[in-house]
Amino acid sequence: MRIRINNGHIIDPKNNIDSKGDICIAEGKIIFSLENTADFSADKEIDASGKLVCPGLIDLCAHFREPGLEYKATILSESIAAASAGITTICCPPFTQPVIDTPAVVELINQRAEAVNKTRIYCLGALTHGLAGERLSEMQTLKQAGCVGVTNGYLPLANLEILRRAMEYAASNDIRVFLYPEDHSLRNNGVAHEGPVSTRLGLPPIPETAETVAVCQALLLVEQSGVELHFCRLSAARSISMIASAKQTGLPVTADVAISYLYLTENDVDNYNVNCHLQPPLRTSQDMQALRNGIAEGVIDVVCSDHQPHDDDAKSAPFSETEAGASTIELLFPLVNELVNNNTITLMDAIASLTIKPAGILGLELGSLSVGANADVAIFDTKQQWTVDKHKLLSAGKNTPFIGKKLTGKATHTLLQGRIVYQQN
Amino acid sequence: MTADNVQLDKTGRLKHLLTTEGLDRRLILEILDHAASFASVGNRAVKKIPLLRGKTIINLFFEPSTRTLTTFELAAKRLSADVLNINVSTSATSKGESLQDTLQTLEAMHCDMFIVRHPNSGAAHFIARQVSPHVSVINAGDGRHAHPTQALLDMYTIRQHKADFACLSVAIVGDVMHSRVARSDIHALTALGVKDIRVIGPKTLIPADINRMGVSVFNNLQQGIEDVDVVIMLRLQRERMRSALLPSEHEYFHCYGLTENKLLAAKDDAIVMHPGPINRGVEIDSHVADGKRSVILQQVSHGIAVRMAVMSLIMGTLPESSAEQD
Repeated sequence: MRIRINNGHIIDPKNNIDSKGDICIAEGKIIFSLENTADFSADKEIDASGKLVCPGLIDLCAHFREPGLEYKATILSESIAAASAGITTICCPPFTQPVIDTPAVVELINQRAEAVNKTRIYCLGALTHGLAGERLSEMQTLKQAGCVGVTNGYLPLANLEILRRAMEYAASNDIRVFLYPEDHSLRNNGVAHEGPVSTRLGLPPIPETAETVAVCQALLLVEQSGVELHFCRLSAARSISMIASAKQTGLPVTADVAISYLYLTENDVDNYNVNCHLQPPLRTSQDMQALRNGIAEGVIDVVCSDHQPHDDDAKSAPFSETEAGASTIELLFPLVNELVNNNTITLMDAIASLTIKPAGILGLELGSLSVGANADVAIFDTKQQWTVDKHKLLSAGKNTPFIGKKLTGKATHTLLQGRIVYQQN
Repeated sequence: MTADNVQLDKTGRLKHLLTTEGLDRRLILEILDHAASFASVGNRAVKKIPLLRGKTIINLFFEPSTRTLTTFELAAKRLSADVLNINVSTSATSKGESLQDTLQTLEAMHCDMFIVRHPNSGAAHFIARQVSPHVSVINAGDGRHAHPTQALLDMYTIRQHKADFACLSVAIVGDVMHSRVARSDIHALTALGVKDIRVIGPKTLIPADINRMGVSVFNNLQQGIEDVDVVIMLRLQRERMRSALLPSEHEYFHCYGLTENKLLAAKDDAIVMHPGPINRGVEIDSHVADGKRSVILQQVSHGIAVRMAVMSLIMGTLPESSAEQD
């Protein structure tokens, strides 16, 4: 199918394009961008006047729950949700059942993703065998199977020696390590940020140092091992300042933040709001501001959804017995767009943090509108207003802290490899 | 506010009692006045009044308890309610039943009120949101969060001995971190106008930013209880010694155990309270626990009257002059 997207406001951070024009697509590739395309004969024309046209978004972390946790969500349900939000690529962490520590699980996910064929899914492999924190996983084998990096998530490593050796081994195979910075012993079964709210509610606290100590240790080990390290889901201001200094000295580190942390704080946990039970915990308003500044200043490279759909039962219990995580994939663009509208970040930086930057961290040739690139394209009506309604979310997970929030910006078309995988009615 | 929207109905009356946070002075005094009118029931030959006749109350305890369970049971029986005690830690959950299912099952038996104790903070709020509109919930202790009837009986006890809350200095000593009693006492004392509330303990047992609840923090016992009118000692659970919080019972008693000698720093007429059960020689010396300033056993008897008051107030069955009934 030959498609022409007419007269859109094209933002392509990779090529530093910010102007009005057309994009022509044939055989799944972008064949013209911005040039005079009058003689391109299209089978389908999409009028994008007044709309934003950008590379399809790349979500650095979204839990699609398959295999093993299909009662929460499936690759099918979440791919539909992702496509409706302009997201064409997601990175799936290894916390499935079984965990992603063998090529077989990667293949299974790839097969399901291909069958659904609405979103590209790339896997992170387990850093240790079974995520048990004891033995190194077969990282090189996982890489060959298609894994874009390795991580142990929040599951603890037996000791720092394991982390050091895992970094060294990953470095020797050019594999990026994705680190969720948390000192398990300092976390000590906590469920909420250590501060006035957790004290008043009597919730077991997680000190800020649970994160910052882990960031500090990891930076020293990166220096020693030379591994390319990506810090996942930062929550504390002190982490940002440490990573900023490390970047200045040239350490190969990158970082992301999940979208919820740019809007919510410890105060939102009040009333035992289980939809705000997140890991890491929501911290202070100063931390939230530092995270916003971190994006504006480029210390934080990527904003991801950290989408974690849950079944109702997972959130139907006293706070500390509920499972952490929020369903956010459909809110990623509008919430980032709000940061543009309130002048926290520029539109170019916002789109970069959702496209070319995550593509770089994942080592993918995606996230641009370059001529010859895969035609993964998102078209957004950046002025369209809507209200988050639990019953209208497409994701199987209805556990979002943003129910009732008024948002601005919605995808009208999503193209994956030149095919329209979503079109707003 | 964590709870006022859940525990009060539209007219500001108690629907559930989940926490003392958000209860105003007027409501607390109303409960204490009603409790005073019930206080004499225990002294009668027939220790029963028929206010809750025909009502079914379930004591739903997910955590072991002796005195709280007993006093709730006794309070309900003196009001003529039918009472059922269910110890869930040893029955349903060990069979894998979820809290929601347990609640639904018990509700199907047409009970009118749940008295709930649970190891996790916020459990009583969760249960109050789950139950049908006609069912009320009283929190008998949830995690570290709240133990409102204990706080109310503490206020009742203080009121028996001290004239004006606004002039009082109150010290809360010990494991504040894990104490639901401390948190509920702080809210209740604040609502009643106490301006000088102090919490005393080592940093390991004082939760972060507790000063934001309007209290001052002391790490030294003698300094902390200087010239106070009320000393509330907290129970120290022995398992704290097995974690990194404290080195030994011996050292804890040396630093924070209340002895007659240390008590000299408080006012001459200071009273000593403890929610029980007490660990003699750990947080409190026997001479103090059994001494003339101790009101620990009075707290227990007041607990029954206060719980009767709360139950009947919530059930809306309290006659104007219950004290005069005979």
